[in-house]
Amino acid sequence: MAPAYPKDLVLRLFRSMYLIRRFEERAAQAYGQGKINGFCHLYIGQEAVAVGVNEAVQPRDYIITAYRDHGYALARGADVGMVMAELFGRGTGYSKGKGGSMHIYDIEHNVLGGYGIVGGQIPLAAGTAFAARYRNEDRITVCYFGDAAANQGSFHETLNMAAKWSLPVIFLCENNRYGMGTAMTRVSAVAKVARRAVAYDMRGESVDGHDVLKVYETVRDCAAWCRSGKGPVLLEADTYRYRGHSMSDAATYRSKEEVEAERKGDPIPRLRAWAVSAQVATEADFDGIDAEVKATVDEAVKFADASPEPSVEELWTDHFVEPGERDVPPRERVRGVKVDWPTYPSGQELRVSWELEPRTLVQVGEPHLKKPA
Amino acid sequence: MAEIAWREALNQALAEEMERDANVFLMGEEVARYDGAYKVSQGLLAKFGSARVVDTPISELGFAGLGVGAAMVGLRPVIEMMTWNFAVLAMDQIVHNAAKVRQMSGGQLRCPIVFRGPNGAGGRLAAQHSQSLEANYAHFPGLKVVAPSTPADAKGLLKASIRDDNPVVFLEAELLYGVKGDVPQGELVLPLGPASLKREGSDCTLITWSRMYYHAEEAARQLEAEGIHVDLLDLRTLKPLDEAAILASVRKTNRAVIVEEGWSFCGVGAQLVDLIQSQAFDALDAPVQRVTGLDVNRSYAAVLEHAAEVNPARIVAAVKHVLYREEG
Repeated sequence: MAPAYPKDLVLRLFRSMYLIRRFEERAAQAYGQGKINGFCHLYIGQEAVAVGVNEAVQPRDYIITAYRDHGYALARGADVGMVMAELFGRGTGYSKGKGGSMHIYDIEHNVLGGYGIVGGQIPLAAGTAFAARYRNEDRITVCYFGDAAANQGSFHETLNMAAKWSLPVIFLCENNRYGMGTAMTRVSAVAKVARRAVAYDMRGESVDGHDVLKVYETVRDCAAWCRSGKGPVLLEADTYRYRGHSMSDAATYRSKEEVEAERKGDPIPRLRAWAVSAQVATEADFDGIDAEVKATVDEAVKFADASPEPSVEELWTDHFVEPGERDVPPRERVRGVKVDWPTYPSGQELRVSWELEPRTLVQVGEPHLKKPA
Repeated sequence: MAEIAWREALNQALAEEMERDANVFLMGEEVARYDGAYKVSQGLLAKFGSARVVDTPISELGFAGLGVGAAMVGLRPVIEMMTWNFAVLAMDQIVHNAAKVRQMSGGQLRCPIVFRGPNGAGGRLAAQHSQSLEANYAHFPGLKVVAPSTPADAKGLLKASIRDDNPVVFLEAELLYGVKGDVPQGELVLPLGPASLKREGSDCTLITWSRMYYHAEEAARQLEAEGIHVDLLDLRTLKPLDEAAILASVRKTNRAVIVEEGWSFCGVGAQLVDLIQSQAFDALDAPVQRVTGLDVNRSYAAVLEHAAEVNPARIVAAVKHVLYREEG
């Protein structure tokens, strides 16, 4: 691992990864108790990716994800109890219990949602990046997807447009090697997703997705690339999920030996062991974080469990925006606090200076460009 | 008042809304340098530049989704589908993302986007280019569906659709782009929802939308010559649906004929029949009749194509049927 990381950074990364791990373990427990239902996809094993990315980008940057999505919101600082309440299907959840595990949105933190159709979120990321360029904002989009989504048409259609129009997107493929129960290598002509960048003349990178510091370094570099106007990056994080695809998957398509071997690279003990041996932090530091995170997640479970179900009238809300309707930030609705909510310039204030194609190309053939006789 | 063609009415609506609101942009295949496959976007590139009038690759799913993403963070995209047949490729983005993002986020996001383009037959275009697909979109909660008939309605409803804070499926008709009509000068914004009673009569209610309005109007003229007077109700917007206007007219005439270009099975007309029978059963003097495209794939051969289509004669016959005035 790379040298000289300050203690507060290392402990922050550790805390965030452990928060996600602990949250997912308690979610699994609640699922077993019947308190969480439906599809529930755990992020256990992949925490270093969401946490490394979050450290490397700015709060104003957009995050958009697939359905294995609890961890990204937690890494961004979402209210832990309200994420758990969403999984419990309670009215105090981020989406009032309407979305559940697969659809976590925290717009206050620019987490633009978890999407349940494989690859369906990828074009959306081109749209948020398009909007950023359109408004001339210094804002990138990180688009997470799994290895299997790289075989969807939406992946190819979007990478083509994003590259052609230099859209500031990090397309972040979390390659955990299995699309549900099918190994990526069994169904892909090119299973190394980063290699596909060359097809769109785009920068392609790979990173060890179990090393949070390497993820942080790599994404920081990719983010700078996007911000400087050089276009998108396809970044592949090699990772592994220690649990099944979802709670209903016993994962019999993988050998015990394979899972055991992968567990040796567990990003959380790995960071801790390195930090202690490099004398960046002490066991006592980590023990303190362990206890604090456990208490936080216990509190979140209690909050979710004690929260009321949504009222049946909620069935009919949130389908159409009515004239003059205001979007109510979830933490304001649930916790009664004031929050910073994203706002955008009105169509009367906005000046669009971006040209998507060079002026000369656009104006070819237009009469006023004809050379005087 | 000026008499202009459909395509010009749409062009005015787009230009005026883009002038008024810099968040509005137009994206689609051939919309910019080609001036639009049907010339709806003529001159807009020169006026608004290449970031606001965007030629896309042939990637309907991709650019539809790009539009949805841009709408989620405050822009107001108008996504042109060269035809609604091609939009079948983009249906995932329209029905899974645009239609659901507000509900899935519990009201945190909004999606002000218009998907627009020609729907229905174009004339001798065979099975893949002749479909009327409004029933598919009307089926999904979370979408508004607009299908106007006249240039004035098209202009006023497109402007309202662009200003709406929700996803709107705006269905034009390939065979209407050259059709002319009077369009009032100056600002024209029509609310999404209210139907338009294009003709008044007390014998029967004719309910239709989009291009079929013209067949219904022709049928109404022929019927008038025989002393039969119809209420001709042009729905203009399929969702939200003007249920009150439909029921009021049926309660007045006690008879209804629904005219729909698309297929009968699970068509929009089936929904209208359900509305009428469940809400106005006691007012009916005859079973509601439907005149629709036949439930077959469209053929290229002229005789086969025409045999599958709605025409004024079939509408006239249906109205006489509900009036029990059939000949022979």
